[in-house]
Amino acid sequence: MRHIISILLENEPGALSRVVGLFSQRNFNIETLNVAPTEEPSLSRLTVTTVGDDRVIEQITKHLNKLIDVVKLVDLTEGNHIERELMLVKVKALGAARDEVKRTADIFRAQIVDVTPSVYTVQITGDAGKLDAFVQAMAPIGILEVARTGVSGIARGDKLLSL
Amino acid sequence: MELLSGADMIARFLKDEGVERIFGYPGGAALHIYDALFRQDSVQHILVRHEQAATHAADGYARATGKPGVVLVTSGPGATNAVTGIATAYMDSIPMVVLCGQVASHLIGEDAFQETDIVGVTRPVVKHSFSIRHPSQIPEVLKKAFYLAATGRPGPVVVDIPKDMTAPTERYEYVYPKKVKIRSYNPVTRGHAGQIKKAVDMMLKSRRPVFYTGGGIVTGHASEALTDLVQRLGFPITTTLMGIGGYPQGDRQSLGWLGMHGSYEANMAMHHADLIIAIGARFDDRVTNNTSKFCPTAKIVHVDIDPSSISKTVRADVPIVGAAGSVIDEMISLVQGREPASGEALAEWWQSIDGWRGEREGKLYEPSEAGEALKPQEVIEAVYRATRGEAFVTTDVGQHQMFAAQYYKFAKPNRFITSGGLGTMGFGFPAAMGVKLQFPQDDVVCFTGEGSFQMMMQELSTCKQFDVGVKIVNLNNQSLGMVRQWQDLNYKSRHAHSYMESLPDFAKLIEAYGFTALKVTTFDELAPALERAFADTSELVFLDIYVDPFEHVYPMQVPLGSMRDMLLSKTERT
Repeated sequence: MRHIISILLENEPGALSRVVGLFSQRNFNIETLNVAPTEEPSLSRLTVTTVGDDRVIEQITKHLNKLIDVVKLVDLTEGNHIERELMLVKVKALGAARDEVKRTADIFRAQIVDVTPSVYTVQITGDAGKLDAFVQAMAPIGILEVARTGVSGIARGDKLLSL
Repeated sequence: MELLSGADMIARFLKDEGVERIFGYPGGAALHIYDALFRQDSVQHILVRHEQAATHAADGYARATGKPGVVLVTSGPGATNAVTGIATAYMDSIPMVVLCGQVASHLIGEDAFQETDIVGVTRPVVKHSFSIRHPSQIPEVLKKAFYLAATGRPGPVVVDIPKDMTAPTERYEYVYPKKVKIRSYNPVTRGHAGQIKKAVDMMLKSRRPVFYTGGGIVTGHASEALTDLVQRLGFPITTTLMGIGGYPQGDRQSLGWLGMHGSYEANMAMHHADLIIAIGARFDDRVTNNTSKFCPTAKIVHVDIDPSSISKTVRADVPIVGAAGSVIDEMISLVQGREPASGEALAEWWQSIDGWRGEREGKLYEPSEAGEALKPQEVIEAVYRATRGEAFVTTDVGQHQMFAAQYYKFAKPNRFITSGGLGTMGFGFPAAMGVKLQFPQDDVVCFTGEGSFQMMMQELSTCKQFDVGVKIVNLNNQSLGMVRQWQDLNYKSRHAHSYMESLPDFAKLIEAYGFTALKVTTFDELAPALERAFADTSELVFLDIYVDPFEHVYPMQVPLGSMRDMLLSKTERT
């Protein structure tokens, strides 16, 4: 099963490599990875999506917790949560396809953020499934390039991941 | 307030931390630190002849004393040479602090002379690592390194020190930090009270219980408490290779150690048990054999300080995260005044165990007859007698390691010092040096083979310089015995590169360093040679003992089988 694990990490050189190294060292999977500083400058928040059965996920969270640089973590998929990803897609936009791209973008509530005579760059946010569906819809028109941020997430309600 | 250079801070910190001795090898990036060591006399520096030996020696010290071993090496090759020893300590959870010189900060990343990203290289084999970014951080970072190395599940910590951090011209305030706090690191001590109670209830109700304890008992200083608990309950106990000595092996309740080459009765008892009480052991593949066939009728209580060790390979029914000593103490207080529910069942259980013991008694190996080559097993037994079972024993890796574990009986923890997890050939001799320097009055025996010894024999020179009187027992079978055994069993005796052709004349080699070497080829020569070797505790003696090259280590678990599936000799199988 797919899990989204969010981690508060010491904002120290080398901390990220310990997390990433752990996954390859122990033969765990990384599907997406997303990391940036938080409002507290000494901490980064890292979100990783991974796939595994309960035993594997238990091992992943235990080993992550063992890393000295990991301050706290939560498996968001254990409760209600919000999951978002941002994607930028460059598509061919010539002739009739120009309108088709615009219409599809509107249906997906995506925005065209850059325009040339032959290319539209579309920005779309949503969960991974929505982004996948958009890529599928655009594929026949001609996708030129895709940049995805990887999943970021947060628990619904009062639950917090903080110090 | 005291102003010190980074280098002087390091020397001063080691003194304030109570470090008596460090093992190392100088080089460009570490020279400021070496100069600081030269100008003090509190910390002794042992100059090894290869950085791997520095880590093994510090490791031997740590295993014998329970305190962190300390290593100092230079950047680049100095640090990479230390990696095998760091990995060895990591796999066996041994506290160690490794100080590595590094090229000056402004050169990092430029492929400077003797530059290696040692923090990157060692990342998978350390508990944690630090890079010094400002000289003023040195006292706090070092304190954190020692704190991390020695607490929780111990392990090696690397500190990377760029050369400019130790420059003699830059001085900063030095205060010895008595305490440090790391917000993300709070090792557990006490186990969950409810879980402990549940475990004790299961223990008292069980009909066929067995304790299975590991290195956590030794590193957690829990051997006395364990002995108390096991004797109160009257249960059988088996230990892992790393847990040897955690319970006195001469006691009736001890079944010896378990696993691939463990005792017949230990493996049989595990397989038939209805309750396994695992403490400070990690169910590794050399213990469990095939996990899907592991102990089919047993419930499992698993006590470990490291949550990630629990249910990693075998699911625990009652997981308890906690320090071995504290959990055992709580178990004792719950057991007090209570009796196992069925004394009858326990008596029947002991009958089965005594039956298994009886089956193999006197059949473990065939002693040599007159005119035949010595058996390695009888050499170990003779050394056991010659040292009255009181020596510190280190081993290298291979057949001799298994024989030493099987035939030398340990009454105390911290006495059997072996690379169990990583299986590092070359470990034994430098580890023995580290032990002997700390315990000059004790006999320190290194059981080795001609394969392993040649991996670290340059340390004879270190022993000469520092007068280290270890006894080296070389079980010379003129082949890589364990490799050869596997080739006999799995490759139709095609002995690919398991011969040690062109062996040196060890006696001449040893004598070149000014030490005594004794060659033994017959049983009659053995006892007098041992008497001579152990006459003077302070003298290094090398015993080159020719043993039967065709001997195999048994019992040996059958691959992919259960605990009880064992080869018992070249012709017998369970």
